[in-house]
Amino acid sequence: MTLRSKSLFAADPHIQSRKRADARFKLYGLAAILAGLALLAVLLGTVIGNGLGAFQQSYLTLEVELLESKLDKNGNRDIEEIKKVTTFGYDPLLTAAAERLIETQNIQTDLRAKDIAKLLSKSAVSDLRDFVVADTSRIGRTVSFDFLVNARVDGYLKGRVTRESIADDKMISAEQLDAVDQLVAAGALVKRFNLDFILGSDASDQRPEAAGIGTAMLGSLAMMLVVLVLTLPVGVSASIYLEEFAPKNRLTDLIEVNISNLAAVPSIVFGILGLAVFINILHLPMSAPLVGGLVLSLMTLPTIIISSRAAMKSVPPSIRDAALGVGASRMQAVFHHVLPLAAPGILTGTIIGLAQALGETAPLLLIGMVGFIASTTPETMGDALLAPNSALPAQIFEWAKRADPAFYERAWGGIIVLLVFLVAMNAVAILLRRRFERRW
Amino acid sequence: MTGLLLTDSRQSQRRSRQRRLEAIVMGLLISAASIAILVTIGIVLSMAFETVHFFRIYDWTKFFFGSTWSPNFRGDSELAILPLLWGTLYISAVALFVAVPVGLFAAVYLAEFAGPKVRATAKPLLELLAGIPTIVYGLFALITVGPGLVRLFGEGGVFGVSWMAGASSVLTAGLVMGIMLIPFVSSLSDDIINAVPQSLRDGSLGLGATRSETIRQVVLPAALPGVVGAILLAASRAIGETMIVVMGAGAVAKISGNPFEAMTTITTRIVSQLTGDSDFTSPETLVAFALGISLFVLTLGLNIVALAVVRKYREQYE
Repeated sequence: MTLRSKSLFAADPHIQSRKRADARFKLYGLAAILAGLALLAVLLGTVIGNGLGAFQQSYLTLEVELLESKLDKNGNRDIEEIKKVTTFGYDPLLTAAAERLIETQNIQTDLRAKDIAKLLSKSAVSDLRDFVVADTSRIGRTVSFDFLVNARVDGYLKGRVTRESIADDKMISAEQLDAVDQLVAAGALVKRFNLDFILGSDASDQRPEAAGIGTAMLGSLAMMLVVLVLTLPVGVSASIYLEEFAPKNRLTDLIEVNISNLAAVPSIVFGILGLAVFINILHLPMSAPLVGGLVLSLMTLPTIIISSRAAMKSVPPSIRDAALGVGASRMQAVFHHVLPLAAPGILTGTIIGLAQALGETAPLLLIGMVGFIASTTPETMGDALLAPNSALPAQIFEWAKRADPAFYERAWGGIIVLLVFLVAMNAVAILLRRRFERRW
Repeated sequence: MTGLLLTDSRQSQRRSRQRRLEAIVMGLLISAASIAILVTIGIVLSMAFETVHFFRIYDWTKFFFGSTWSPNFRGDSELAILPLLWGTLYISAVALFVAVPVGLFAAVYLAEFAGPKVRATAKPLLELLAGIPTIVYGLFALITVGPGLVRLFGEGGVFGVSWMAGASSVLTAGLVMGIMLIPFVSSLSDDIINAVPQSLRDGSLGLGATRSETIRQVVLPAALPGVVGAILLAASRAIGETMIVVMGAGAVAKISGNPFEAMTTITTRIVSQLTGDSDFTSPETLVAFALGISLFVLTLGLNIVALAVVRKYREQYE
């Protein structure tokens, strides 16, 4: 027998190499965790870095003289006649205002006033027209109005558009950017918080600067209402039956296997189901939040059943025994005692299920919630459910598909809005659990 | 005496009313529970009808064994599932190649090395990755990862090779999907490693094995069936994933081994065949239902196998 080590206290080479292998292995594990966390950080960093810009927008303040001779030729302030003036009628007013701006701010440029007016968004004229139609007493006065500038100018202020990147761009020229620099220095062109992005409607693909996510948010809200109204009662009833009353037989086994498998069916398959059943057979309208809500309900149901059952399982049998012991029926024991005690858990599961449904996109593609411009805000509850609309994730996808890179910023911004909702919902769920969950 | 009889009959009346009410409520509860079955039947039937319709106008051997996917809305399309299946499996394989090592090592560290504090922060943070909606990953693939890879491997890129022509590729979709799958692998594996009885570890450590030797030679082999189940569940998730591949993988159906090329998957073709104005009598639209039912069978099969494996493993140690 050979002694491998001379001393008991000094490790021999073999032990040393085993110890090194041990340290290496631990390091791999740590590296894996750090890699996962780093990826999460990169993902969130990308979202925030790219998306925050959408919450700011650049506006150019112009002094517009609302000439009576252009807007109300007869001078009788008849709203019908004023409405007949198309946006073309407002164009000269903007050009005149731009000319005045060049003079008063002493902008050094070879550009004509018309080219300065082109810095404005394509929606500038219609915004002005809406402003006049809303209150005809403004005609004849000179008003100060903040106009959206177009996406190129906005991008220039945000650093997305540079003089190099516009070399082949027909929408904007280097001279115009020189003028923009002077306007910024003069304080006429400013970047500020953009509430319209959060509350507004989508705009056509020529006007990324005017696009907002508010209408899509209403679509999502309507869908979530449908999901809540349908899945909570059905899901809770199903879990009460399965957890408290179901006899152990083939049928209940089948239901259980079914539920766990439904939870794993790809979401796109639910979209196919929605298209085939709700739209082709029941003839519900395409793109309606009601249909979206129905499809998402089918997807959310398993989640809610699974979490409700877990919540009811955690209520100790002694509660049921006590209720039965004082003469309650099994039904009374469940509805009067088990259900109230399981309620916080059920609610938590429901919120988490809703959060999942809120972020789901794939099935919405098939029922037509992508591909059109959700520009009209629904007025009534019926409209909100049945009129075509988009939804938060569908709107994000729609923006990501459009050609103008200015829409990418909107898409990232939309993701920030979506994530804020998800974080808020999950925070409520965690709070509920912390506050009301009882350990038995 | 009469009063007693009266209350008794009143009570029995109440009781019978109560019983009738309870029977109704029970009926409602049972019907709510059977909705789950109805949904499954609905899924299968809604796709089966149209699939049968599809196979009546399109030869099923060509669908399953053909090798070209070229839908043509004027007719005369070739609609074979194989190129799509190849793209799906290739992208899923890339995703698992990313997610399995990272997820497994993370699970081992969380279960065996990490202190309670590290565990309490790292585990929920990793699980956040699973809670992020897939549209976010899709946009990440489309705008960040795809162009980033082109900058590395494209023409005039950092590595000076021109392997990548466009931002959409198997690698783009696979890498991003891999990130999404990390918590699927790590969370389930972590649970499974924790379920390995402590006595096995103690025995191994008592014989003088180091911790890493114990993990590699005792804990992981014992946990292997469960880990395989977790990986299968992740694979089923990858195969059914839609948004990431719609935004990152491309639309070209081909069977090729080059991960820098754009390929397409079953889910993206379902989306493209069913969006827009679709005519529900043409094979080009109906094929989406055949694809859907294939996808359903594929993921369901994987899930059933995975759950059976996990359950068998759990019983082993209970």
